[in-house]
Amino acid sequence: MVTIEEFGRRLRAHEVTAERVTEDCLRRIEAENPRLNAFIRVTADAALRQARDADRELSAGQDRGPLHGVPMSIKDLLDIRGLPTTAASRVREGHVAPRDATTIAHLRQAGAVLLGKTNLHEFAFGTTNEDSAFGPARNPCDPTRSPGGSSGGSGASIASGMALASVGTDTGGSIRIPAAACGIVGLKPSLGEVPTDGVVPLSRTLDHVGPLALTVTDAALVHHALLGQVKAVPPAPTPVSGLRLAVPRAYFCDLLDDEVRARFEAALERLRQGGARIDDIEIHHACDIGPIYLHLVLSDAAAYHAATLESMPEKYTAPVRLRLEMARYVMGEDYVRALAGREVLRREVDTALAQHDAVVLPTLPIPAPLIGASDVEIGGRPQPIRNVMLRLTQLFNVTGHPAISMPTGRTATGLPCSIQLVGPRMQTDALLQVALACEGQIGAAPPASGSVGV
Amino acid sequence: MTIETWLVDAIADAEKRGLHELKPILEGLAASTRALRAADFNDDPSGSLESMADGQRPAGKSPSAASMQQPPDGNRARW
Repeated sequence: MVTIEEFGRRLRAHEVTAERVTEDCLRRIEAENPRLNAFIRVTADAALRQARDADRELSAGQDRGPLHGVPMSIKDLLDIRGLPTTAASRVREGHVAPRDATTIAHLRQAGAVLLGKTNLHEFAFGTTNEDSAFGPARNPCDPTRSPGGSSGGSGASIASGMALASVGTDTGGSIRIPAAACGIVGLKPSLGEVPTDGVVPLSRTLDHVGPLALTVTDAALVHHALLGQVKAVPPAPTPVSGLRLAVPRAYFCDLLDDEVRARFEAALERLRQGGARIDDIEIHHACDIGPIYLHLVLSDAAAYHAATLESMPEKYTAPVRLRLEMARYVMGEDYVRALAGREVLRREVDTALAQHDAVVLPTLPIPAPLIGASDVEIGGRPQPIRNVMLRLTQLFNVTGHPAISMPTGRTATGLPCSIQLVGPRMQTDALLQVALACEGQIGAAPPASGSVGV
Repeated sequence: MTIETWLVDAIADAEKRGLHELKPILEGLAASTRALRAADFNDDPSGSLESMADGQRPAGKSPSAASMQQPPDGNRARW
């Protein structure tokens, strides 16, 4: 497994070619995809053409920047010209994208090699990736478990070495949750920062586009490419010593799996040892997050899906159809209440960040759940998996603050645990600098499942 | 419309459409809507709550009281 940073060094030192690494990724897809179901569509011929073009350009002295020749996977919610965008749903049978999403066009300008489209929870409306017209994607750490969702195929593709990075979307945690479940890095940038045109929406007021990658530096490189900043250099880490971090204990740490809690506290201790100051804080309306998020996302999803729910309801998977049908009963006055609550929560997170560089909390309260399970036991009590998985991420879709998930270690059975850092709105680069510092101090290794391009 | 009236109407409509499985998730949505309406950030046209100190507010109209009434999942709809 190789990072984008390392690949770039070897590419420019003529130790490896884009074609060679793309071939390695395609071989790995051929070997692993039947087991993991991460890819819905593999565009091998186009990828090899793009890789050879990248090699030719570099030989001719044209270097497009850090993503030059980097093989990447794309969540099948983003338009790639000439390919279907399935959203993992039979509802979109026959669709062919007439043009690239802006983010895809930016990746092409940056020289990325597009390997294909990855599996997801149907219409991104779920956290486990189980409800997909193409069957569930599976977690490379344990294929009986979910890779998280909705960008589950993206997470699995990186953690298994099928791609060096991926692009996902995040409406309630759909980048950060699979990153946490698969033991990689996932960045949800600030709301409105990365263009969402050419992306099938779940909620136009909560949707974000962002990277999944092996390291914070790689995530930063892909993030800048998505913005169209192809020549951007990775941010330098700020020193850990002197970092001011805020931990919201009430609500956010109330319901955690014991091993997730232990890895989280151990990560905080390492940050303290590095000289970070860690304060406990409170988000006063934390208990209102769920109802606020629910009324926002349901209203947006109902508006988008109303026509196809009437004309072709049988083409949705049963669980997603039921959730969308429920969404159509939300009352307008309650949507407005949720909008008011959103402003309250936004101010409370702003207040927490006025005195701190980042808010720190776990990403997922549990390790990756078993595929097919509806409940998980925490502290001896069964909890609904979907609610639990969204619990720590959805707030920052509501408020729009940038948030990044990165690994903190593994459970005794080898399942990844993660930490989430949240930064001030529209300051994603500052958050990335803090995340780089914390990543170095926490020192959790990315997943090791074979080598690519070595 | 009260949540109770809404829930009765919504379940009846769902059953008329053959969507019997919607009943439990509509009940979950109703619980979530109740929590949303009980939050202290909602408007109060009478202005009566503005003149009260936090400690004097009725149950469900202060963050702490609302928090105490929430189940641990913080999101009452099971969906």
